[in-house]
Amino acid sequence: MPDAALEVRTYGAEARPRVGFFTDTSLCIGCKACEVACKEWNRVPDDIAPWTGDSYDNTRALGADTWRHVAFIEQRVPVGADGAARSLVQTAAAEHLADDAGLETHQEGDGLRWLMASDVCKHCTDAACLDVCPTGALFRTEFGTVVVQQDICNGCGYCVPACPFGVLDRREGDGRVWKCTLCYDRLKDDREPACAQACPTDSIQFGELDVLHVRAEKRLQTLTAAGQEEARLYLADSDDGVGGAGAFFLLLDEPEVYGLPPDPVATTRDLGSVWAATGAAAVALGAGIAAAVLGGRRR
Amino acid sequence: MSVEGATVPRAELASYYGRPVLKPPVWTPEIPIYFFTGGIAGASAGLALAAGLRGNDELARRAWLNAAAAVGVSPALLVSDLGRPERFLNMLRLFKVTSPMSVGSWVLVGSGLTTTVAAADAWSGLVPAPVARPARALAAALGLPLATYTAALLANTAVPVWHEARRILPFVFAAGAATSASAAALLTTAPEAAAPARRLAVGGAVAAVTATEVMTRRLGPLGAPYRSGAAGALKRAALGLTVAGAAVVAGLGARSRPAAMAGGALLLGGALCERGSIFRAGFQSAADPDATVGPQRRAIAAGERRGASRRK
Repeated sequence: MPDAALEVRTYGAEARPRVGFFTDTSLCIGCKACEVACKEWNRVPDDIAPWTGDSYDNTRALGADTWRHVAFIEQRVPVGADGAARSLVQTAAAEHLADDAGLETHQEGDGLRWLMASDVCKHCTDAACLDVCPTGALFRTEFGTVVVQQDICNGCGYCVPACPFGVLDRREGDGRVWKCTLCYDRLKDDREPACAQACPTDSIQFGELDVLHVRAEKRLQTLTAAGQEEARLYLADSDDGVGGAGAFFLLLDEPEVYGLPPDPVATTRDLGSVWAATGAAAVALGAGIAAAVLGGRRR
Repeated sequence: MSVEGATVPRAELASYYGRPVLKPPVWTPEIPIYFFTGGIAGASAGLALAAGLRGNDELARRAWLNAAAAVGVSPALLVSDLGRPERFLNMLRLFKVTSPMSVGSWVLVGSGLTTTVAAADAWSGLVPAPVARPARALAAALGLPLATYTAALLANTAVPVWHEARRILPFVFAAGAATSASAAALLTTAPEAAAPARRLAVGGAVAAVTATEVMTRRLGPLGAPYRSGAAGALKRAALGLTVAGAAVVAGLGARSRPAAMAGGALLLGGALCERGSIFRAGFQSAADPDATVGPQRRAIAAGERRGASRRK
């Protein structure tokens, strides 16, 4: 499997520090400014569909025409030790704590908690989409991001089921695959991606990945110390199934609650066993044919 | 927020409004039909070469013709599935071993060229031997991976029902290729010359049914698509057609030309339904968030993997 660092090194002097997003969902207020800014800047076609009835999420999922997707989760969590709803006094006390930590989980007195999270292409270190792309349309940029070259893509669709996050999709009427480019055009002009610039709470933070990792660790420490024990970093480590990601997250619940896989693995990690079985089956087919033809009497 | 939430196990798997984690494939029905024609082409080339070496020229000629016809329609099926068919040549911009589709494109091109030469020689005798002999050998050699790489293509995705069957899926495809290539030969070859095709048809059918059963059992709960919906119906049809076809070929194929043809047609139908079943199963599997999250959660719970998230 190609190594992302190696891919970037092939740029030589043009290689740039790897950049990405740290999406801190504890700061998200669900305004969808990221969705709008992304659509505007990248001229992504509208995809207006009927209301879902699933909280405030009418965008549904990432896809060819949705490169940022804000998820809305309403949870009724037992907040007292006995599982009973917390009193207003207790809630007020907790809100002081929230003020100190800058926490935005919007827990209400009756135990209703809101989780909001802006999802995006993860720009994986080991990107399955890039590995399986037969045309080379998907490539690793000098910034370490993963981008589709629209003049090369022939719409074979292999990347669509290869992505462990369900990010890529083919655009209706266009035939090619589209996804977040991490605003490749803006990066080349030393500007931050449109979604990060539009985010009013800095829930979406753009920067060099090394810097973002340090910031995320501090944030995790602060939230945990403030009693937010469910806080966790997602895709922040290089030893996960995709080698870590360029876009990583701070979540306040299990990943699957947000529609994210808890243990995504780049499918090409198992490529060795896939090709071995394929070769063995080909040999078995040859042996079967030989046995059938040579095994019996002449004719 | 809640301390309890951290320690009490979830009654069932969480999901985001029951929506899929993965995207379903965008591939059209041409793709499973190509899996079928690619299998016929690949295994027919091998059958033709072996029959020719054994001196059974009648079977060899017909198998070469079947191989050439099947490999001839295959590119058309693939190109029509592309979102941008006019860019089909981009498939040959690179050779990428991490992409079974790239490897397969080259195998198909090589197989198509050599099989066409071999078939032309088998029917005209006009191709000079220094060209025809290596063409036959190459066509037969490339035919074997042509019949099985399509399983690698499916297995090398995030779709659980395909990916978790990666060690057995190529054998399902190989068995289906053997069955359908010999069944195609039975349609066009007189019974006196078709004994090897009958043996291969029955052996292939037994292998196909066995490999499919092993695959669905090993998949456990992930194999649910094969028990419901379109994939389930196609799998049942494949089983019925394959067993019936093999019985007819084994019982009457040597004596009666019409019986051999009927058996061959049943086997071809079974092989086509089998590919269709596997293809549809992927869509059903990708649409089920529990199929994606369940095995990942279990691997984390068992301590085999640490998952992609980390608390303080």
